[in-house]
Amino acid sequence: MGGLDDLYQQLILDHYRNRRGRGRIENASASVHEHNPVCGDECFLDILVEDNRIVEIRADGDGCSISQAAASMLTEVVADKDLNEALEIVEHFRRMMHGDAEPDEDLLGDAIALEGVAKYPVRVKCALLSWLALRDAIASYRETTAHGG
Amino acid sequence: MTTTGSPALDARAIRAEFPMFVAPRPDGRPLHYLDSAATSQKPQVVLDAMNAYYRETNANVHRGVYEMAAEATDRFEFGRTAAARLINHPREALVLTKNATEAINLVAWAWGARELREGDEIVVTEMEHHSNIVPWQIVASMTGAKVLFAPVTPQGEVELDALRALIGPCTRMVAAVHVSNVLGTINPVREIVEMAHQAGALTMIDATQSVPHMPVDATSIGSDFLVFTGHKMLGPTGIGALAASPERLNAMEPFLGGGEMISDVTTEGSTWAEIPWKFEAGTPPIAEAVGLGAAVEYLEALGMDRVREHERATAELMINALGEVPGLTILGPTDPDRRGAAVSFTLDAVHPHDIAQFLDSKGVCVRAGHHCAKPLMRVLGTQSTTRASAHVYTTDEDILALQGALIECRSWFGA
Ligand SMILES: Cc1ncc(COP(=O)(O)O)c(C=O)c1O
Repeated sequence: MGGLDDLYQQLILDHYRNRRGRGRIENASASVHEHNPVCGDECFLDILVEDNRIVEIRADGDGCSISQAAASMLTEVVADKDLNEALEIVEHFRRMMHGDAEPDEDLLGDAIALEGVAKYPVRVKCALLSWLALRDAIASYRETTAHGG
Repeated sequence: MTTTGSPALDARAIRAEFPMFVAPRPDGRPLHYLDSAATSQKPQVVLDAMNAYYRETNANVHRGVYEMAAEATDRFEFGRTAAARLINHPREALVLTKNATEAINLVAWAWGARELREGDEIVVTEMEHHSNIVPWQIVASMTGAKVLFAPVTPQGEVELDALRALIGPCTRMVAAVHVSNVLGTINPVREIVEMAHQAGALTMIDATQSVPHMPVDATSIGSDFLVFTGHKMLGPTGIGALAASPERLNAMEPFLGGGEMISDVTTEGSTWAEIPWKFEAGTPPIAEAVGLGAAVEYLEALGMDRVREHERATAELMINALGEVPGLTILGPTDPDRRGAAVSFTLDAVHPHDIAQFLDSKGVCVRAGHHCAKPLMRVLGTQSTTRASAHVYTTDEDILALQGALIECRSWFGA
């Protein structure tokens, strides 16, 4: 069954079975809660920011293998990245999911394995859930720090 | 057990009458279509009737003087007559709509938005499809009325005592689904209608999942309003119906205004056409009504008793087959006499999206998600389920293919 193997690459199943970066951060710099209207799946994403870098990132919530693997990969890829760099990676991933960008492995790391998801429009939302949550978390972090001083 | 005396439906022979099942799929995958609760496949006769309408008598309805326009009107009105006959309802009180959702919205706006007052209560069940919740919430927020939810047990049945207790002097409307699209539960709608009427409330029965699968007698149910949708009953999309009591319809103001629904229009104001046309503004879905009429004739020829018996037998087979899958939990009633053949389940920790995707690779089409019933999902303690659902063309092979694919699916995802 070719199609299935394309979609569910071994790397995806591996991240799904052994989630990295799962859980919550107690003193997070920003926290967001997103949900996928198609299936009701939820994602809680926390980041800890120091000197404009993501020093810690965790994602929690249940979901399908694609959403879980995507969250797991995200936490690895953006760990210790500068906020602008992280946003650039998220944007690249988003464009790959919409078929608008040649995937760049240097930017995406393991998340390049999710390329095949782009062919399944309903599942694109699953893959993007945590990644777009990070975008919102960074925006919310910037807003609070801008207002707070 | 219902015994009808007449021979059982031959699902294999029926499949031969559905083009979808006759043509092989381009990639050679089989088609085990188990998503009829979302929408049914269409028999050749329905496609032919719609095609013939466009080819032979396409003209706008109700106004044309020429013969072809009269013929178009006849074919359109035949759709109404057939739909009304199927549910034993007077044809002049059957309003054709775009779908079940529009039919419920029609009542919410034409009745609810005008009649509801601050403090009035609308009682629905936790088992409703969003289309029998959201329109009520919208008119409630406009009028100051409240929407109350009658609880559903973890086994997937409406708690009738709790429903009775919720219905009181402030209750203006009781809205309930006949057969659950998620759990297959058949609700005692006659009893619910009686309860509501005793308290002086009106009733809305969502018969979207019952009319396609079993004999439904709207007169004997006695609801003020009852809705269903064409595309789940072997008919086309774009057509649904509101069966209402004629007195109610006569008392109500129109929903949408425009052509077709008026008696007279002057610069000072307008008067309305007779029912049901008063509620059908603009050019109606003509070909769709023709297709609906053909679908009803097809179902009538099969016999709704036999359709129900096939449904019951399929539900029984599905529940037995799914029961043999390790790690699988069926949600909702397991007694096939008390349910339709829409069966929701969970499979260990495997997510419904993954299940549906895996099953698709085996040619098995099922639905994964919240099935537009998020309040019910909360009762069941889950975000989403996988649902398999059947119709007259569902065979034993479809169910066995489902069972086999689920067993493989579990090991693939390492559950
Ligand atoms: C129980 C129930 N009610 C209402 C609807 C809405 O039907 P439609 O989308 O055709 O308006 C559905 C369809 O999903 C349903 O299953």
